[in-house]
Amino acid sequence: MPLLSVTDLRTYFHTRSGVYRAVDGVSFSLERGETLGIVGESGSGKSVTCYSIMGLIPTPPGRIESGTAIFDGVDLLHCTPTQSRAIRGKRVAMIFQDPMTSLNPYMRISDQLIEPLLIHENLSKSAARQRALAALESVGINDPDKRINLYPHEFSGGMRQRVMIAMALITKPELLIADEPTTALDVTVQAQILELIKKMQRELGMAVIFITHDLGVVSGLCDRVQVMYAGRIVESADTRTLFHSPRHPYTRALQRSIPSLQPKGTELYTISGMPPDLSKPLPGCGFSARCEHATATCTATTPALANLSPTHAQACLRVQAGELL
Amino acid sequence: MTSPTSSPSPAPILELRDVKTHFPISSGFLFKRHVGTVKAVDGVTLSVARGEVLGLVGESGCGKSTLARTILQLVPTTGGTVILSGQNLTTSNTSDILAARRDLQMVFQDPYASLNPRMTVFDTLAEPLLVHGVCRPADINARVAALMRTVGLAPRFMQKYPHEFSGGQRQRIAIARALALEPKVIIADEPVSALDVSIQAQILNLLAQLVRKMNLSLVFIAHDLSVVKHISDRIAVMYLGKIVELGRAADVIERPRHPYTRALVSAIPTPDPDVERTRQRIVLPGDPPSPINPPSGCAFHPRCPYAHEICKSSVPPLAPFEAGRDVACLRTEEISAL
Repeated sequence: MPLLSVTDLRTYFHTRSGVYRAVDGVSFSLERGETLGIVGESGSGKSVTCYSIMGLIPTPPGRIESGTAIFDGVDLLHCTPTQSRAIRGKRVAMIFQDPMTSLNPYMRISDQLIEPLLIHENLSKSAARQRALAALESVGINDPDKRINLYPHEFSGGMRQRVMIAMALITKPELLIADEPTTALDVTVQAQILELIKKMQRELGMAVIFITHDLGVVSGLCDRVQVMYAGRIVESADTRTLFHSPRHPYTRALQRSIPSLQPKGTELYTISGMPPDLSKPLPGCGFSARCEHATATCTATTPALANLSPTHAQACLRVQAGELL
Repeated sequence: MTSPTSSPSPAPILELRDVKTHFPISSGFLFKRHVGTVKAVDGVTLSVARGEVLGLVGESGCGKSTLARTILQLVPTTGGTVILSGQNLTTSNTSDILAARRDLQMVFQDPYASLNPRMTVFDTLAEPLLVHGVCRPADINARVAALMRTVGLAPRFMQKYPHEFSGGQRQRIAIARALALEPKVIIADEPVSALDVSIQAQILNLLAQLVRKMNLSLVFIAHDLSVVKHISDRIAVMYLGKIVELGRAADVIERPRHPYTRALVSAIPTPDPDVERTRQRIVLPGDPPSPINPPSGCAFHPRCPYAHEICKSSVPPLAPFEAGRDVACLRTEEISAL
């Protein structure tokens, strides 16, 4: 049985200017210890998918219209608050993009770090403090007994992200959701944080969902990658297959527009146009308006993910019909 | 300073000689005391030729944006000279600098912040034309329309406001504004960092095409090495206010010489799982140091895997190491032999 299995998740935002279908029928599953990358551009619904699972969607305007997210037998979308509190922050933890805004600036690191232990494990303050010191040490913060009493602003960006990771992992979760954890960091610091996430994953044996827009980050970290576009998953495969033989036109276009893969000086491949307006109903494939292979069928029929092989699924009608290689 | 060997053509359009920009830090409320100095830019010598793209890379806080602002004289220079087509900007008076900015324009990182939300595209693009009086009021409409077409925007959007455009389109407007006066040099400070990959490719193509078509010189500042490598002719790597390596773009990325550039290159994640799993990554310890209290000697020595005693005491100059490559490291030769 998979650790997490999400089926037909739909999260819409009801605003004055219309209903935004941020996540529109997403299904996937995750095994214990697996690393899944979710890749997509801004507005593709990758973060909203994970926020829905964690119950972090502001309601209103957001609403989970349908779907289930079964984590170890419990449906996270339809369970009682008591059930969800026992899971969130203990068995499923999350780290965010901007470590400055996701740490409380008024609280010392010590108080923030031990909070999950006081709530979930009923530890005494002094025992929790010992665990917090060990957690800081394990994420590579020197001098933890001095630095545990500092405030978030006294740390650098990379150090703050380390504190966030220490906090998320302090209850030894089975699943860590990381929402662009290195986007705000410099490349040398990003390399440190990626190594740290890998190390902690090995030590704790946890599953990781890694959300990013950077295909490069995904390639070294994830076992499996799924690509999202306009609120839907368009391709899902193990990392090697996705990078070496992508099938969906969007994945291919995305890969061709990355500068590092192109011979220098040549014109970069560009995807014409812009992502679709999610407040308008999207009949057919979300990418059809920008796709160079689109036909009349593509704008009329909504494609579903279909397996090309047991580990490779994609949602292009023309590939499924065998018309595109 | 040693003169850089890698400057290409004889007469550079933009030249920096030992440029320094320091900011004082004061403390206290009524009686301000001078407690320190941030050496944001500390002795930079560079030149840019006509039609050349110079990439400037470095991590946040290394002084690359301050260097951009120094070139434009938006912040006062502490020392050294900035020369634009023969004119020394550091000693010029305000009106001469204003006139010189016709040839020297800037594109900023965040197109959401750099465009005035209360001005239509027409107002934004017409303003530089009117300020510098480069075209008759009757011709302005046609000029603005032509500018919009140059950057790939339809002139019918002329009366729209920035919020009606996407990030990529806004960056096009910002580029059009910089182009309005037909400058010789454009300084682009992280122009694609805020954009998605597919949009980023569009803007990079546009910039490369404009450089070719208008024979522009471009100083392209970014922290993303793969983007910089793609667009630049030469790359300068900055660390803590100083240039540590300078050379031809593909060369610097493929055969980095300075230990910092090596680490920087090895830290770029490659979108190829096979490469990622097998390669040796140099993970630097610690964060970039604060420019308020830079380490003694070579500023990189506390994080450098190759640092020796000597690196703690003497400051390495940016010196020619091989043809077309300047490196500021005392141990370049020994490290290259390793």
